[in-house]
Amino acid sequence: MLVKLRNPTRQEVIDGPISVVKLLNRLKVNREEVLVIQDGTLIPGDAVLSDNAVVEVRPVISGG
Amino acid sequence: MKCRVCRGPAVIDIRRHNANFCQEHFLRYCRTQVEKTLKEFSMVKPGDRVLVAVSGGKDSLAVWDILLHLGYEATGLYVGLGLGEYYDVSGRHARRFAEERGLELIEVDIRGTYDIDVPTAASVTGRAPCSACGLSKRHVFDQATLAGDFDALVTGHNLDDEAAVLFGNVLHWQSDYLGRQQPVLPAGHGFPKKVKPLVRLGERETAAYCVLAGIDYLVEECPMAKGNKHLHYKAALNLIESESPGSKQAFYFGFLRNAVDLFSEQRTYSEPEEQRERTEPDDDVGMLRACEECGATTNSELCAFCRLVRSTAGTKPVPIAMTRKRN
Ligand code: SF4
Ligand SMILES: [Zn+2]
Ligand SMILES: [Zn+2]
Repeated sequence: MLVKLRNPTRQEVIDGPISVVKLLNRLKVNREEVLVIQDGTLIPGDAVLSDNAVVEVRPVISGG
Repeated sequence: MKCRVCRGPAVIDIRRHNANFCQEHFLRYCRTQVEKTLKEFSMVKPGDRVLVAVSGGKDSLAVWDILLHLGYEATGLYVGLGLGEYYDVSGRHARRFAEERGLELIEVDIRGTYDIDVPTAASVTGRAPCSACGLSKRHVFDQATLAGDFDALVTGHNLDDEAAVLFGNVLHWQSDYLGRQQPVLPAGHGFPKKVKPLVRLGERETAAYCVLAGIDYLVEECPMAKGNKHLHYKAALNLIESESPGSKQAFYFGFLRNAVDLFSEQRTYSEPEEQRERTEPDDDVGMLRACEECGATTNSELCAFCRLVRSTAGTKPVPIAMTRKRN
């Protein structure tokens, strides 16, 4: 599956199926600091993403 | 995961409340949290007219949207700070939100109005960009709130912002800052009331609110934020939070319950309520008077913002890439 990341903007290919929590662990991302978005809506932590899924891991932390 | 309210499929989990919500009940949860905050801290009351400082980011658009849902008459205020392309894009997000909903958005561009911008002011005065930016925003916020006779100025500070600021203030025992870290600053001495209705919502929640409410906010960060010490404080707090959900809320609300009064009492006999908020650390604590240039309350001839304008206006604009990112 394709994972879109930011800061810097980049893409990673990860093997599915995989749960959202496992995906974030694999990417070493703290769950408190991101939302996982697919087709314009949020995907909860226990959802399993299929191998052909396209998701965005969007950071939510602002520094200003 | 099932929604706590309707048992339907949940889209988000809020670990500190040990709760999951579907889209509809998450939006309702956010609005209820804000309603509770407005009441608990006497921020605004039904019928009040408020001015919302909007940057085009998640927090300010979320708070604007929630206040409208709660029935408030809320006007937006967007300040153009001259932060290069970032601010063009952020302005577009703010304008689109207002246009789509038929809302009034007041715009103040500091380059057009005062002949300054944040990178140039920072570079000329040697201030950190975020300090020049904060000073300029506070000035424009105050003036616009007073000029429009609004009952309060609303900002989008969320629980994570407040917990990070508190963490920094405790780390350095900034007792004067601690004394005024309140979710409401009352009006007085010629300054408007300022309120932070999002202090019960974490920034993951304000971002989720925007996604689920269909609000197209600016996701990119201000280029000046990189290396900002608040980002480090947030990262540290989020490490604690992930091991022990609820820590940030306990830290901030415990402070409001148990400690903020100790610091504000310490302060009241040395200076009036609003003075330190508006003056800069390098200002002498003296008698309050009106700024000769703009009329804002200050303790010297010119307020800190007018001094910034005086030293910056007329100088050659400094491109954003040339600005030293000191924070
Ligand atoms: S990061 Fe700094 S310069 Fe950028 S908007 Fe925030 S306060 Fe202003
Ligand atoms: Zn529900
Ligand atoms: Zn002034």
